[in-house]
Amino acid sequence: MTTTPSAGRSPFAPAPGAAPVGLMLLAQTLFEIRLLLRNGEQLLLTAAIPVVLLWLLTAAPVFDTGDYERVDFLVPGILALCVMSTAFTSLAIATGYERRYGALKRLAASPLPRWTLLLAKALTVLVVEALQVVLVGGLGLALGWQPSGSPLAVVVLLVAGTLAFAGLGLLLAGTLRAEATLAAANLVYLLLLVLGGVVIPLSGFPSGVRTALELTPTGALADGLRSVLADGAGLPWGSVAVLAVWAVAGLAAAARWFRWE
Amino acid sequence: MSAAAAVEISSLVKRYDAVTAVDGLSLRVAARTITAVLGPNGAGKTTTIEICEGFRRPDAGTVRVLGLDPWRDGAALRPRVGVMLQEGAGFYPGARPVELLTHLARLHAYPLDVRMLVARLGLDTLGRAPLRRLSGGERQRVALAAALIGRPEVVFLDEATAGLDPQGRRSTWQLLDELRAAGVTVVLTTHLIDEAERLADHVVIVDAGRVLAEGTPQELTSGVSDDVIRFGGPPRLDVGSLRAALPDTAAVREIAPGSYEVTAKVDPRLLATLTSWCAANDILAEGLQVGHRSLEDVYLELIGAEGATR
Repeated sequence: MTTTPSAGRSPFAPAPGAAPVGLMLLAQTLFEIRLLLRNGEQLLLTAAIPVVLLWLLTAAPVFDTGDYERVDFLVPGILALCVMSTAFTSLAIATGYERRYGALKRLAASPLPRWTLLLAKALTVLVVEALQVVLVGGLGLALGWQPSGSPLAVVVLLVAGTLAFAGLGLLLAGTLRAEATLAAANLVYLLLLVLGGVVIPLSGFPSGVRTALELTPTGALADGLRSVLADGAGLPWGSVAVLAVWAVAGLAAAARWFRWE
Repeated sequence: MSAAAAVEISSLVKRYDAVTAVDGLSLRVAARTITAVLGPNGAGKTTTIEICEGFRRPDAGTVRVLGLDPWRDGAALRPRVGVMLQEGAGFYPGARPVELLTHLARLHAYPLDVRMLVARLGLDTLGRAPLRRLSGGERQRVALAAALIGRPEVVFLDEATAGLDPQGRRSTWQLLDELRAAGVTVVLTTHLIDEAERLADHVVIVDAGRVLAEGTPQELTSGVSDDVIRFGGPPRLDVGSLRAALPDTAAVREIAPGSYEVTAKVDPRLLATLTSWCAANDILAEGLQVGHRSLEDVYLELIGAEGATR
């Protein structure tokens, strides 16, 4: 290669190079968080619905919450809803549209390695969930919630739930059209909001149905969180096992069938 | 062949199930030039480009971009290559143009100044609207900017000017001229013949996954010694009678109803023969033009001949 002094003057003279990978990860994560927090529909799912549900259902006795104080029953369920809204619904919809508009393909041609993109998405989900925990937990405390149990057990459950939902969300987003992903993700959200032990106790369902619902990721996560936060139990291994099975199956299926374009 | 090659493709084959999209294509792009890959839709242009970009794996043949294998050495190659996908695709629907470019700049070590690039491409007027609300042409310009932001050595532009108005097309051409002057290698696909003719140092005409012809626009148009005469008249003239009046090597075609083309070695005698045949048949030849073959003639001849044999 010869150097051409005249070419040095133009701003377009080649000067290629990737940014350090740590900076790329930071940039991608902040970019994704900013886009997510700007999206009205996503905020409705991840912030408005959980907060409104917690507040309304604590104030008014709509469902029988058995032996629990209403707020002690509701906060763990709403936290499970938060994880589902962020790691499943919101992740699936955002990824589906990014795929539809070719953003994922375009990024695959950029210096950003694919694992960095996936890690940035994971970090984005965790940051949004942390904001949700602060929001819902804070509102719960203001409404008289008295949490018990080990915070570590709660974190383990939240992470297991996140992995379970993220696998399923990415499977949807990577295989269906964006519009179909949008519809399916919202439908699942709505169904599991009602049937996943979020606001209605699963003990009210017939035993066969109840077992099936306890095996959904939402049912397992809500039950597990409730046994720690309301009952003060140790880590509920049954719930963790259910979530782990969903996580392994969902992530493996997503890795196998996800199409980038 | 003296200049270094930025892209070298030899005997490339790519199949999708039963369809062979690229069928033994070979191509060499000299560094610091503009190469136009010209061909109809479905000719295999995009597949070829996307193999160069590392999106697809060849079924046979080799591809080297800056000496690297795009599929195997993608991590080393990607920072050095700028990519513009077809139809300006490749954006976050909720991002704003400047926001997207600022983000992409952060993935590079020595990016262009975003403000300069935005002003240069007239993107500053797009404001704060998210990309999903922009028109196709506006997205095209953002996608072009995104291809340049990392100051690449080679840019692959898939139909960079499709959907642009004439003014946008001309300013894109100017920009690509400037890139070449700055030492960037530009490979663009197009189905616009005038674009290839105006812009490219090297034109590669592709159809059915193969290279039909290549060379500078001058080489492609002057390779054949014959000239053409075009004229208009009433439809369905007896072209056989006209051909009989002309020298043996001449060819006559009615290229459209009432529009005729004579391909022959053009000299004053030939013109005189043509006009006297018209006079004898009481035909007023309108808009009679003598000219060299244009790139369009060459292209249509090649593609047309291909189409006929398929």
